[in-house]
Formats: sequence, C-alpha cells, structure tokens
Amino acid sequence: MIEVKGVTKRYKDTVAVDDLSFEVRPGQVTGFLGPNGSGKSTTMRMIMGLDAPDAGAARINGRTYGNLPIPLREVGALLEAKAIHPGRSAYNHLWYLARSNDIPRSRIDSVLEMVGLTDVATKRAGKFSLGMGQRLGIAAALLGDPEVLLFDEPINGLDPEGILWVRNLLKRLASEGRTVFVSSHLMSEMALTADHLVVIGRGHLISTGTVPDFITQSTSQFVRVRSPRSSELSRLLMGENVQVTSEDDGALSVSGMSAVNIGELAGASGIYLHELSPQMASLEDAFMELTRDSVEYHGVSDPDRVTPVSPTLISGK
Amino acid sequence: MLRSEWIKMRTVRSTMWTLVAMAVITVGVAILATVTISGRWPTMSLGDRLTFDPTRISLTGLIFSQLVIGVLGVLVMSAEYGTGTIRSTLAAIPHRPLVLATKSAVFAVVALVMGEVLSFIAFLIGQVLLRSPAPHATLSQPGVLRAVVGGGLMIGVLGLFALGLATSIRHTAGAITAFVGTLLVLPLLVEALPASIGHPIAEYLPFNIGQTLTSVQHTVGQSAALSPWVGFAVVCAYAIGALVVGGVLMVRRDA
Repeated sequence: MIEVKGVTKRYKDTVAVDDLSFEVRPGQVTGFLGPNGSGKSTTMRMIMGLDAPDAGAARINGRTYGNLPIPLREVGALLEAKAIHPGRSAYNHLWYLARSNDIPRSRIDSVLEMVGLTDVATKRAGKFSLGMGQRLGIAAALLGDPEVLLFDEPINGLDPEGILWVRNLLKRLASEGRTVFVSSHLMSEMALTADHLVVIGRGHLISTGTVPDFITQSTSQFVRVRSPRSSELSRLLMGENVQVTSEDDGALSVSGMSAVNIGELAGASGIYLHELSPQMASLEDAFMELTRDSVEYHGVSDPDRVTPVSPTLISGK
Repeated sequence: MLRSEWIKMRTVRSTMWTLVAMAVITVGVAILATVTISGRWPTMSLGDRLTFDPTRISLTGLIFSQLVIGVLGVLVMSAEYGTGTIRSTLAAIPHRPLVLATKSAVFAVVALVMGEVLSFIAFLIGQVLLRSPAPHATLSQPGVLRAVVGGGLMIGVLGLFALGLATSIRHTAGAITAFVGTLLVLPLLVEALPASIGHPIAEYLPFNIGQTLTSVQHTVGQSAALSPWVGFAVVCAYAIGALVVGGVLMVRRDA
C-alpha cells in the first residue's frame, strides 16, 4: 500500500505539489491522472525517494523508501523510458540491478521472457527502440517480484499489441493482490485499465474514487434531442435548472431534465421528436471538465474562434 | 553490492577500451621519451647531464594516465546522471552515501591496479631502452621505488578526486573541465602570479606534486617543493575533500 500524506514540494517560486494526500490500495489498478505539469511525476519521484518533500511524507507499506530493507523486492518502478546506459546490454542492466538487491540471476531470464526481450538481451540498449526501452524498464520493475508497482506512462511508445499486453499485465498484477499505481494521460486507456482513480491538477488533489463514480460526479448527464421544431422546443424546455444547448449538427443537448419528461413535454405541445437519447459523458469529458481550471499548459484548438467554452457544450466538433 | 558496481563498470565496452588506450599511450610515451632523450646524451650540456633523471623520464607518460583516469572517474558517476540510470541505482540502493562509497571503492581498486601496473611497466621498459652511456636507474636505488610506486598511487588518487568532482558537478563536460583545469591549467595560471605568492601555491598543485613524486632528483629552479610523500598526502586530502563534498550534496539534493 502507498500512503501519501500532506506532501508538498516547492521549486523556487512554484509550488509543484501542495498538501497532497491519498492512498493507493492493493488488489486494484489505481490510475493517477492529471494534466501536464500537474505534479504527477514529482509525486511519483517523492514516493520513490528520489526527491525529498518539503513537507509531509510518502510511505510504502508503512515506510519511506529509504527505509525499505531490500527495496527492489518490495517496490518496482518504471519512471522514465530509456533511463539506461546506451553502452550496456539489456541483460547486464538487469544483472547489476539484480546483484545489488540479492536477486537470483534466474529472475533476469524470467522477466526478459515476460516482456518479450529474450532475443535482444545481449544487444546494447542504445540500439533499442522506444518500445523496447519501455519493455526493459518494465522488466526492471518486475525483477524483484515486488508487491508494489509504480508505472509512469508505461504505454508510451508501444504499439497496439504492446498496449494490450500492458493493460492485461497491470490487471493481472493487481489481481495477484499487488498494489498497482499507474499514471497516464491516455483517458481511454485509463478507463479500460483502472479500477480506482486519483486525479490531480496544479499540485492539488481534485478527486479520488472509482471510475464510474468519477464520471457521474464530474459531469452532468444529458439528453440528446432532435426535433423539426428545435427552437420552439428549446424555449419550452428552458427553465430552472434546465440548460439547453444547440449542437453543431442541429441536435439539442438538454441537461437537468430526464428523457421521460422531455418526451412528455414535447408530446403535450404537439412537437415531434426525431431523437431522444440519454447520454453519459466519457472519462475524457469528465476529466476535461474537472481539470479545466487546473490546466497549466493550454493549446487553443481553433485560433479564430476564441470564445469561452460553455460548461455543457460537449465535444461538439 | 560491490559486485553490482563492478558489473556496472565492466559491462560498458567503452570503459574497457579506454583503459587499453590508457595503457598503450602511457607505455608508448615512456618508450618515446626514454629513447629520444637518452639519445641526446652525447650532445647534452654538463648541467643537463647532472640533472638527468632516468626514472622521471620513463614515467613521463603517466600524465596521460592521469588524464584518462580522471575522465573515467568522472564518467563512473556523471554517466549515471546523464543517462538517467541514477534513478535505477537509487531505487535499488536508496542509501546514497553507500552508493558513493561502493562506486569509489570499486573504481579505486581499478585505478590503483592500473596505475601501479603501468608505472612499473613504463619504468622497466624505459630502463631497458635507455641508450647508454646515459645512466640507468634500478629499483634498488634510493628514491626510485618511491617514484614508481608513488606514480601509480597518484593515478589512483587523482581518479578518486575526479569521481568526487563529478559527484558535485553531475555533468560530464563540466566535471571533466574542472578536473583538467585543476591538473593542467592551474599551474599555468599560478605561474602568472608574482613569485612570492605563486611559488607557495604552486607547491600544492597536483601537477607539481606529481612531478616531485615521480622524480628522483630535484630539478634546478624548484626551490622548496613539498617533499614527495607530504605532497601525496595533500593530493589525498583533495580527493577526500571532493568525495565528502560530493557526498553531502548528493544526500541533500534531489536526484
């Protein structure tokens, strides 16, 4: 189990992480989500003891990283792809790690086989592609058969087969009772893999909970309505707690009123409906909504139309 | 854990090749120097003949060894920061002073062994090739064994000094510059200072200490230099200082 309590980290003038507290429990895949620059990597580094927090503490199984007796046997981490000396072979990289923590050499062959790098074990790591480097990093994390695993963007550079493999690997590791903590930007992948989410923005905790909870909590559900008399219907529906927005494709997005009530209201006024479908937002939308105010670095998608985004306008392209 | 650092050192091919190159250059220079300089014996002035130091001449090549071992010493530490493997290393062994200690220990052994072996080989080959009637030196003569053994020890200690610098500087180019600067550039700068300030400082420069250590006769013009083993102790102090400062910074700073 990983416990982060009141952790703060400052770099000169910026506060990278501010009084962050959360728990990562065993037996499930916990996703760590946040926009770029939100402090995910910094937090992971503090859990690993690479950076020291200015306040608070991060503990693994009750101890800070430096106090773990045989670290690699308790914690495995992939923090950055290709953090490998290019002149060294994959096998030798794993070998020095194994030797440092009394891990038997047979494990090296096992993990290499697990990640599919047996054929290139003796090749110099400098020649590896990004995907291969990533796999080597995963192998290094698994070397000590640890109970706790941290992965920072594990599917970077992997092809679809690789992504599927990682997803299954993470689920399998979690089902074995291990603590699996994964950070990623890829919402769709996170939705498929994670059971539990920790969301941060600008160094603050924004939310923690299961994936379905997160989605329902952060976005309003809405109903898509199509009608030949949209504008009339629109006026009819608008009222307290009901918001109606026009989509680019001519449909209406109505939030605050159930599909049943919309249908009845339309019917009572003699307005035909061509579409009436309740929608639930995707994890992506939920995330965007929640972290909208916390995004450190923003792109502008349509430079000609810089209008404020209405909260209920959802991915209408 | 020591084995782990040893594996790290020997599994990078370029390290091994660098050591080979170091050996070749050092011995090569020893051969060149002894043959050329002793070949001039017939035409040398009396003053030169009196100060002819066969030991020092055969050990001329050691300066190259010092440079190379300095670069290796830097790389042993700075390559970890440059490639990011420091993260793996610290994940495996979070106790940072221990990492520094094991690295230093393994490297020290390699540097000392290489240093001594090369020093002896250079000396022996040099004496064999010295053209008579130039005087030869033998290990049984006073000061000669000290010069040869000391030459090797210097290489070991300078290597550790470089390692210490790299632990503070963490950047390959910067650390190498600092090392080469201390070894080769400082003597030149100090020479530009007025003699009253320059001379005392010059005694404490590693380059000059190295020269004294590998000489049997004192060269004319070098007034009160530090005696060989005292000078050696000074360089040891530099190395220890660099390692301690590096260690403290390593513990306090973020990885």
